[in-house]
Amino acid sequence: MNLKPETTARIDEVITHYPVKRSATLPLLHLIQEDVGHISDEAITWIAQKLELQPINVLEVVTFYPMFRRHPIGRRHIKVCRTLSCALRGGYKTCDTFKSEFGVELGAVSADGEATVEFVECLASCGTAPVVMIDEVLHENVDCAKAKALADQIKSEAAARK
Amino acid sequence: MSAPAQTRIIFKHIDETGYTNDIECYLRNGGYEVLKKAVGMKPEDLREEVKKAGLRGRGGAGFPCGFKWSLVDRKSGKPIYLIVNADESEPGTFKDRYIIHQDPHQLIEGIMISCFANDVKQAYIYIRGEMPEGARILEKAIAEAKAKNFVGPNILGTGYSCEIYVHRGAGAYICGEETGLIESLEGKRANPRIKPPYFPAVLGLYQCPTIVNNVETLCHVKHIVDMTGEAYAKIGTPNNTGTRIFCVSGHVQRPGYYEFPAGTITMGQLLNDVCGGPLPGRTFKAVIPGGSSAKVLRFGERYKGKRKVGAEMVEYDWGVEDVPMDFDSLAMIGSMGGSGGVIVMDDSVNMVEALANINAFYQHESCGQCTPCREGSLWMKKITTRMVHGDARPQDGALLKSVADQIPGRTICAFGEACSWPTQSFYLKFKDEFDGYSEQKKTLPADRLTIV
Repeated sequence: MNLKPETTARIDEVITHYPVKRSATLPLLHLIQEDVGHISDEAITWIAQKLELQPINVLEVVTFYPMFRRHPIGRRHIKVCRTLSCALRGGYKTCDTFKSEFGVELGAVSADGEATVEFVECLASCGTAPVVMIDEVLHENVDCAKAKALADQIKSEAAARK
Repeated sequence: MSAPAQTRIIFKHIDETGYTNDIECYLRNGGYEVLKKAVGMKPEDLREEVKKAGLRGRGGAGFPCGFKWSLVDRKSGKPIYLIVNADESEPGTFKDRYIIHQDPHQLIEGIMISCFANDVKQAYIYIRGEMPEGARILEKAIAEAKAKNFVGPNILGTGYSCEIYVHRGAGAYICGEETGLIESLEGKRANPRIKPPYFPAVLGLYQCPTIVNNVETLCHVKHIVDMTGEAYAKIGTPNNTGTRIFCVSGHVQRPGYYEFPAGTITMGQLLNDVCGGPLPGRTFKAVIPGGSSAKVLRFGERYKGKRKVGAEMVEYDWGVEDVPMDFDSLAMIGSMGGSGGVIVMDDSVNMVEALANINAFYQHESCGQCTPCREGSLWMKKITTRMVHGDARPQDGALLKSVADQIPGRTICAFGEACSWPTQSFYLKFKDEFDGYSEQKKTLPADRLTIV
């Protein structure tokens, strides 16, 4: 595995938090996904070796938890809450706005590689519905106008990088 | 009668101007004084205070906290673990988020007092994966508390040592179930364990005695030790002591979080006086009082029976608006107080479509180990989705009921109940809408809000 030195250091540190190494499975998956972007077969074998497990023990965890992904996604990850409180406040329209702004279907990567839009279950911020998480930042009261503004911001940041 | 004033104990500093989540601010506001008091007391006396307080768990089940602690196996010689359940994920619930983000030291002080009271040497905070910022805030707060000797080795010179680590989940609702959470913390799929024999108090994390408490519950412990259990028990109503935080979402003017002495406010006061009533031109149709798995209440229905007030049995005849928002009253009328997540739906909502949204959630979140839940939640989702997006049949409601009735009581964990209660209660209370949906669908406005 070609990991950043700080990732490796954090991996070695986090394993010490538990009396049983296997407990570090989720933390390691998070750290590697944050570093590399997704969980490859190589990552699964690497984690298994590191924690003295069989690869299947890691794979079964990866396939169980929705946040872990086996394939790369767009540079920006847009997660719109789908569950009832957000839906009652227009979450489906918010999601449609992001989809059309980036011209993508749910879970796919936009043609320019910039965005992946996902519909996720309850983000626990129902009082400020609809909510959207973009990468690690929660955005509240995201109606269609605000969704459009957020999409424009992502696009202008992408343009500035080119 | 207008609503009583809020009593903010847990949310005292939430949204307070100038209040920051660092330890200096917490200390300026009297932070960690209760921990200093607690470490001078005997652990068993602390546990007794929590019992006297009558504290009931704030995660959903409302299980008495003092009683939970009394079940812990203290003779096994194995280490005792405490796990903070910060996997807030019951739809409609959003209280722990604010404690973690804005007042993390209140939680850490509550954890340390609870650990000291139970001779715990290692605590884990299991925070849901979708709260990465919350996890960072907690890690920073723990480091600050360690630097001040409130966490870590030889706390405040007492010889007592305890560490706290933050452990992030990864998007699975079932991790809120305490034995699923334990499996997840052990690095496995979060398949809940069968009880007996796997009661966490005896065979929990690494097969050691384990206490799993909700974030808010542990914050209450701090205030109980501060004011004594007896004084805390005077807040609220008998058997529903202390304050409750209500998270109101959906179709009201002012959604948000509100803290009241338990049992002192009715549903009508909460929704009309506190939350400003329905949206303009709308009327309330239904409300889910305790997180999305709680049974739905229909405006206009009446609840009648006898209840105990003091030593007497008194008759009650309530509409939805009259129901006191406490664990016992909500249970009496066939629903539950649960996690305090109140989801409001007005007359713009079609109940078949609302149920289709909920069913999609539970189908997605079933862990899959018990057949009735895995297949049943999927089947119910397929039926309601087909009703909305495909052909609805007059007999669909009855079919839904027959599926839902075969799940509860036949699964390892309470998810079986959680996924079937919405279908059972929606169909029971809105039978007309389910049975008539195939016809009614043709006349529903095409531009109505999509919710599934």
